[in-house]
Amino acid sequence: MVPLESRADPDALLAKVRQSERGKLTVFLGASAGVGKTYAMLSAAKERLLEGKPLLIGWIETHGRVDTQGLLQGIPAVPPCPIVYQGRTFSEMNLSEILHLHPQIVLVDELAHTNIPGSLHSRRYQDVEELLAAGIDVYTALNIQHIESLNDVVAQITGVVMKETVPDWVLQDSEIKLIDIPPESLLQRLAEGKVYVPTQAQAAAANFFRLGNLTALRELALRYTTQHIDIDLETYMRAHAISGPWPAAERIMVCVSESPLSSQLIRAAYRLAASLKSPWIAAYIEIPRLEVAGEKEKLALADNLRLAEELGAELVTVVGDDVATEILRLARRRNVTHLLIGKPALSNIRQIFRGSIFSKILKQSKGISVHIISEPSKNPTPRLIPRRAPSKIRLLPAVFTIGMVALITALGKVVEPAFGLVNIALGFLLPVMITGILWGRYTALLGAFLAAICFDFLFIPPIFHFTVSDIRYLFSFIMFHAVAFVTGTLAGRLRHHAHEARKREVRISALYALSKYIAGTEGLDKVLDMAVQRIAESVDATVAILFADESGNLQIKAYSNSQDKTGADFLNENELAVATWVYHHGQFAGHGTETLNGAKGLYMPLASDEQSFGVIATHFNNRDKIVDPDKHHLIEAFANLIVLAIKRITLAEASKQTYLLQESERLWLTMFNSLSHDLRTPLASIIGAITGLLEEGELFDGTARNELLRTIEQEALRMNRLVGNLFDMARLQRGMLQLKKEWCDIEEIVGIALSDIRRSLGKRPIGVEIEADLPLIQADMGLIEQVLVNLFDNAIKYSPIETGFSLKARRINNELWVSVIDQGEGIPQSEISAIFDQFYRGKTSQAVKGTGLGLTICKEIINAHGGRIWAESEMDHGTTITFTLPLSANSPKAIPEGNELMNHE
Amino acid sequence: MNDNNSDIQARILVIDDEPQIRRFLKVALTAHGFEMIEASLGQDGLNEAVMSKPDLIILDMGLPDMDGLKVLKQLREWSLVPVIILSVREQESTKIAMLDAGAVDYVTKPFGMGELLARIRAALRRSSKEADEPILELGDLRIDRAKRIVTVDEHPIKLTPTEYNLIKTLGSNPGRVFTNTQLLKVIWGPTYEHETHYLRVFVGQLRRKIEKSPSEPIHLITEPGVGYRLM
Repeated sequence: MVPLESRADPDALLAKVRQSERGKLTVFLGASAGVGKTYAMLSAAKERLLEGKPLLIGWIETHGRVDTQGLLQGIPAVPPCPIVYQGRTFSEMNLSEILHLHPQIVLVDELAHTNIPGSLHSRRYQDVEELLAAGIDVYTALNIQHIESLNDVVAQITGVVMKETVPDWVLQDSEIKLIDIPPESLLQRLAEGKVYVPTQAQAAAANFFRLGNLTALRELALRYTTQHIDIDLETYMRAHAISGPWPAAERIMVCVSESPLSSQLIRAAYRLAASLKSPWIAAYIEIPRLEVAGEKEKLALADNLRLAEELGAELVTVVGDDVATEILRLARRRNVTHLLIGKPALSNIRQIFRGSIFSKILKQSKGISVHIISEPSKNPTPRLIPRRAPSKIRLLPAVFTIGMVALITALGKVVEPAFGLVNIALGFLLPVMITGILWGRYTALLGAFLAAICFDFLFIPPIFHFTVSDIRYLFSFIMFHAVAFVTGTLAGRLRHHAHEARKREVRISALYALSKYIAGTEGLDKVLDMAVQRIAESVDATVAILFADESGNLQIKAYSNSQDKTGADFLNENELAVATWVYHHGQFAGHGTETLNGAKGLYMPLASDEQSFGVIATHFNNRDKIVDPDKHHLIEAFANLIVLAIKRITLAEASKQTYLLQESERLWLTMFNSLSHDLRTPLASIIGAITGLLEEGELFDGTARNELLRTIEQEALRMNRLVGNLFDMARLQRGMLQLKKEWCDIEEIVGIALSDIRRSLGKRPIGVEIEADLPLIQADMGLIEQVLVNLFDNAIKYSPIETGFSLKARRINNELWVSVIDQGEGIPQSEISAIFDQFYRGKTSQAVKGTGLGLTICKEIINAHGGRIWAESEMDHGTTITFTLPLSANSPKAIPEGNELMNHE
Repeated sequence: MNDNNSDIQARILVIDDEPQIRRFLKVALTAHGFEMIEASLGQDGLNEAVMSKPDLIILDMGLPDMDGLKVLKQLREWSLVPVIILSVREQESTKIAMLDAGAVDYVTKPFGMGELLARIRAALRRSSKEADEPILELGDLRIDRAKRIVTVDEHPIKLTPTEYNLIKTLGSNPGRVFTNTQLLKVIWGPTYEHETHYLRVFVGQLRRKIEKSPSEPIHLITEPGVGYRLM
């Protein structure tokens, strides 16, 4: 056994294999603009050209620099394609042309560039991904500040936040060529005007190109490159089972919110995870009372979540009341060892509130390292304050509130003398509480206010005045409001929880129902229909599933809108094009994604690792600009289930086929084995006898000679019968058994069968009892003769020579019953029905002859005629095998006398 | 190649592509006083038939160059020589076709020597004078065609006209097979040639009258799927 650690990691090996089919990405990395990346890239390109490798320029930014432009000479370039946007024409890299030309290497400058809307992909690195997937090698250039995970570090260094970033996974399998020059040299080049700086950025550039900055950036670039090499080395070591220090089982969790501080946190978590080589979780704690946030906040949150996902986090959403409790609960459940939370620069009052969260977490975080990253105070990020749920005060509840307060007031007045003011005060609490539970905080506050007024005005001396004699009654008023507030809030929260829970429940039960359905049902069509309905219900959309036909065109296989028969509206040419793209690329696209987001619908591929089956198309009824990530994930989950169903159904088919094949194989094997034996055995006797007669004929006298000759005859006849049985068996197997039915006389058939086995009978006594006046039967004469021959053969084989056997034929009701009775050794009860199975042989002491096919053939023939066959036996006394044949309701037509005149002598 | 050696009973042409069959037939037939000529292909067989004018032809159905039926039909265009078919089991329809096209009888492989010889004799008898004899004796069965009396062990048997017709037809060439269609046509008429159950019933009745053991007949033999013969 190979020790666990030194076994080659199959995932790493697989990754390596996959890599070899993709194009190779070479990234010319620099600490900042101006280090000479483009120049280096072009030089390398020239070298490749000299080596004879077909190379094209996809996109190069020379920015008017003379040295760089000089290098362009002699390198073939693909002309850019113009894109019209908002009335102006722009140029972008012509991706489809490059794919069409399919060079070995292509140069694509400025990996972080954002494409003009209307391009296939929104970002250039996605274009590069497509080139790599097509097997084309790509040279590209990038500055360190464009790398996503380093974005905030760079921002800290330079004070500038880069908007265009490239996710880290793009660079994962690339080769990095670090273009490094000392900062002093860079500054020199800047002075000499060799560095491109757009005019708008002159001032910022002056700030940017400071020695301190450049040094820091340089270090960052160097460190990044080192880390990259480290990962390469480790992947290599894993793929080849070279043992090394494997990472410890750490797990990191970061809490995400809509605050911009979150993105910093996420990147920090990514870096921590990368250095610890551990998986990490991005958790979003959803507090229902804060949920109804504005559009901007939702966008920010979605962005943050997407960032985390891109950087490789596992997204988890938890619903709860209290941030601290939920964070800790999740952390414990997932065995988190490092927790990252953010501490925004808040005003002091808020600080008190939030501060309690931190101390709570810290207090209960035994075993977890808590990293609190606070916002740098010199760059106060614009804070997004989650708005409170705007619970308006609605008219009807207000009226009811007033009514209730009035009621209590009236009641109070009545019972005032008996109950006393204290109790009346308590009585006022009642409407306040009720309104709080039923209608929320603000209505409750209204009620409290009214109660206070009434109480004051009508009960507290001096009555009919708004003053208060006893200051303690102020306390009552405060209590009213407090109760209102608390019950209102609590009720509100409760309601919200219930609502959320119900929403979740709907989605989960939809998934569950579908998965149960998938596990239970056979038909793929049913599963697909169910799926589209469920998805449509769950995400409030119109859904269709598209499969590709033989020519690769997508057709609608299931559609949730039963009114629209053809789905022509749903799937016009544009949409179909998007769907086709998704099908071929195995990535999702459309509404709410980064690719082709002008499309009406969201398209997700239905694919497993090896195979692409089709596409799920979703047209949301609510045309929000952003897709709720929840819905996205839900559709993804459904897609996985559907793929599972498809796989399961196709696998079930395949396994059934395999099973049948195996069974067939097994039977044939058994048959071959016994065939060989059964043909060789009689041949042995024949050859033995013949060689004896030929070589030493004089030795034998007449009797002996006859004896040998009889043997030869018998064995030869036996082989003949065996061949006949095999032939029948083969016909039966192939379903070629065709009955040629005609009117037959059973007595006649018995006669034929007996004459067939005349020779094997020897001197055995045979009794034949055929009932008189038996009607003719509709049967295949030859086949019934076969049955009788086989039954006689059996009787002869399994009974001793002296005993005879007999046949009885009689009519019982509407059937003809024929029995063959022998006095042999019998068949044990346990095997009485097994004797009709293929290749069955009795376990008797006698040497058994025959392949064991005889009775099986009888059974097949009798069954084909609509009859039954069975055996009855008594050990050592004999066996009776009986078969029935149906008697036809219509007897043959009456037979006229023959034509006497027609005789010729 | 005309010769009139009196020892030789008849000249038989064997057309069969299997050398082992031709070899063993030669031995057997020669031992019984027949002269045997052989051919291994259909066309050769036809040529040989023209040249050596045999008294009987034994024709194999599974010839490689020509379909046996075709050989027979071509032969029948100019010759009435009796032909016996060598067939394999399960080829009933082909056998019937051959018989209808003019073959006189058939033998199923693997066959016994006695069987073949009996059929050869029956086929040759047709062209000889024996067929004109009014009295036919087959073991315990005796048919007097002139007086229209049938006896078994000297006891006269009462037969209906149809039954007599049947036994008479079969007895016109004892040992030779008659197809169901032939019998039906002769006894009932051409429109009845598919009503095989007529035959079954009458054969059964006849057997019960003339056979000692009707379920194991020795005279009225069934050729399954083809017809009957009287032995």
